[in-house]
Amino acid sequence: MANPQPWDWNMPKGVSGISQRVYDLHMLGFYVCLGIGAVVFTIMFIAMFRFRKSRGAVAETWAHSTRLETVWTIIPILLLMMLAWPATRLLIDMNDVGDADLTVKVTGFQWRWHYDYVEYEKANTGVAFISSLAAESNRVRQLGSGLDPHSVKDEDYASYLLDVDNPLVLPVGVKIRFVITADDVNHAWWVPTLGWKQDAIPGIVNDAWTQIDEPGTYRGQCAELCGRDHAFMPIVIRALPKAEFEQWLASRKAGAASTAALVTGPGHRG
Amino acid sequence: MAAVNPAIHQDTHDIHDHKPHGFLHRWLFTTNHKDIGTLYLVFSLAMFFVGGAFAMVIRAELFQPGMQLVQPEFFNEMTSMHGLVMIFGAIMPAFVGLANWMLPMMIGAPDMALPRMNNWSFWILPFAFLMLFSTMFMPGGGPQGGWTMYPPLALQGGMNVAFSIFSIHMMGISSIMGAINIIATILNMRAPGMDLLRMPVFVWSWLITAFLLIAVLPVLAGAVTMLLTDKYFGTSFFNAAGGGDPVMYQHIFWFFGHPEVYIMILPAFGIVSEVIPTFSRKPLFGYQAMVYALACIAFLSFIVWAHHMFTVGMPLGGNLFFMYGTMLIAIPTGVKIFNWVTTMWGGSLTFETPMLFACAFVILFSIGGFSGVSLALVPADFQYHDTFFVVAHFHYVLVTGAAFAIMAAVYYWLPKWSGHMYSEKWGKVHFWSSAISVNLLFFPQHFLGLAGMPRRIADYNVAFAEFNMISSIGGFWFGLTQIIFVGVIVHCVFFSRVRATGQVWEGSHGLEWTLPSPAPYHSFSEPPVITAGMLAHGDVSR
Repeated sequence: MANPQPWDWNMPKGVSGISQRVYDLHMLGFYVCLGIGAVVFTIMFIAMFRFRKSRGAVAETWAHSTRLETVWTIIPILLLMMLAWPATRLLIDMNDVGDADLTVKVTGFQWRWHYDYVEYEKANTGVAFISSLAAESNRVRQLGSGLDPHSVKDEDYASYLLDVDNPLVLPVGVKIRFVITADDVNHAWWVPTLGWKQDAIPGIVNDAWTQIDEPGTYRGQCAELCGRDHAFMPIVIRALPKAEFEQWLASRKAGAASTAALVTGPGHRG
Repeated sequence: MAAVNPAIHQDTHDIHDHKPHGFLHRWLFTTNHKDIGTLYLVFSLAMFFVGGAFAMVIRAELFQPGMQLVQPEFFNEMTSMHGLVMIFGAIMPAFVGLANWMLPMMIGAPDMALPRMNNWSFWILPFAFLMLFSTMFMPGGGPQGGWTMYPPLALQGGMNVAFSIFSIHMMGISSIMGAINIIATILNMRAPGMDLLRMPVFVWSWLITAFLLIAVLPVLAGAVTMLLTDKYFGTSFFNAAGGGDPVMYQHIFWFFGHPEVYIMILPAFGIVSEVIPTFSRKPLFGYQAMVYALACIAFLSFIVWAHHMFTVGMPLGGNLFFMYGTMLIAIPTGVKIFNWVTTMWGGSLTFETPMLFACAFVILFSIGGFSGVSLALVPADFQYHDTFFVVAHFHYVLVTGAAFAIMAAVYYWLPKWSGHMYSEKWGKVHFWSSAISVNLLFFPQHFLGLAGMPRRIADYNVAFAEFNMISSIGGFWFGLTQIIFVGVIVHCVFFSRVRATGQVWEGSHGLEWTLPSPAPYHSFSEPPVITAGMLAHGDVSR
């Protein structure tokens, strides 16, 4: 499953080639650590049982071995190189934001996201809107509301605090470039199924990219402390097949002229 | 003139080994390293409970999804204060207290080199924290921008901005003076024969830590001062609208912050390097490698700071440099872990409470180290960053690392301080209850972070409910367990009838164990004559 489920205990594999490779790197790191841990802790536990004074163990007096110490300096170096190589290759690929067909500008506000479809297939779209926590979640999350968070559903998913009024609609199979910034304080734009997060910082424009492989609804939230309602500024992506996305974009474009004043909001620079 | 000078009268008084009369006179004006050590340790224990109470509020609100107890702004206040109090109030003063008590006794010195400054560096602290706590009663409440105080968010605070920054200045001054004192003591006041490479590893760890403190606390002071002028004097160091750069704050802060992490763990390495050989009845394996590994870790701590900020959008080359640098730290840290395990191999082991805490330290600190290696991998860090995975990571290194080492040290040296043995039975109850509950508390937080729960959120999706509840139960259990700790200490100091011998532990070596228990108010007024086998586990010639 792509979105968090009860008892989930591992990173999602995600829905892009990059997120799959991030997952593989995470698991490689985990197995290397597990291997080292198994060896070191086994030796330690054997020592703790075998060399107990109550079992008549007599202490030896040696305290040095250049050969041993060389060995356990070199082995970790080799293991680390084994991790560094795929990490470096993946990082280089994640850094390559060129040749995108769609550019979305993401701006973080206290406490909502503004999305601007800057360019699609080399044409300006003029589509932009604000995405905020959905009304039902917002009612339930008030202190002393007495409402049950489990009751909040979006289709079949228990979506409490991970649902919005206007989801970010994106095409499947298209390289999408995000330019990410903020208007007031630092935020971070994070959808775990894409495999990365990127800080949104006022005065700085960061970029990142993705190419989503499967249609679906993918949920995330702000990941950098941004004040009172930091927990309440989710992100929802609705990934559609390319044709449906273009349909949606066209309908938004048609409506954009009449509602531009409403959806861009006050204080937005364009 | 000399005959009526009260200061001179006081000095001659001390030589006769009398403690000052009267409670205030004894504790407020003391220049005795043992008294000041006690003050530091009592203060840090008190702050451990205050910071722990803040953590209880956090875990209670996160017990279930939905907001049940506090408003989100108060929740943010709790996370910020918990971090500040635990780091600057609990862990750091505890290590300074141990240094005050033990360093002179371990190197054969009569006292710290600068005793009056020593008094001052302690007595600044209670006032600094009173000022910090006072912000919680001001309009707008205490700091809510996290202990890292990133702008622009931290600058949105009200009166607390000025007060918390001044309190951090005071804490910094206190720590710098403490560090100067420790360096002056170690470099100038060692007994004849206590060569640098024969010093106990705990002394080495503090020498290196003190240099880190002097190097980076002024940097923190500079960073928060720039926050202050941005807020009140119209500067734009970190204000993008005025041409400043919010990311620059993070670079400056973490140039302090990463060495700060090692300030909180190097003395713990030193403690474990004393405790494990004692209860293994075997010299520390690879003493010189241990010392060089400490120095190596300290050096690396200066060139890895930006691994706290992989997601701010650094250029590729920057991210790669900080990834490789961070991975290098695993090598000297691995040497330390391997050397502790090898010290135990072939020994004659007993498991008194200090040894239990030291063994748990080795295992659980390693787990924190493993997640640290994972966090160094930049692409994976893009997922881990600012999630509960990070929370789990740094609590494994700071609670089961630094705090467990402090507990090991307290049990290890308490008989030397008080002259009585603590209750081994209750010490073990405290250990096992802590070791089980702390894993229940922090291990599930790895799962929460991987599954997608950010840190510092007051409320969460229902998918995270189960592991949060388990974590909270572990948290309440761990918190309550620490009352046993206080009980054992109070019993040992005031009620225990079991006299401790001078050597206390069968396998203990080193100058502090040549003194009677309790250690006399003035010790080593004459430098000890060091004979073969008298030095601690740092004696390579043995």
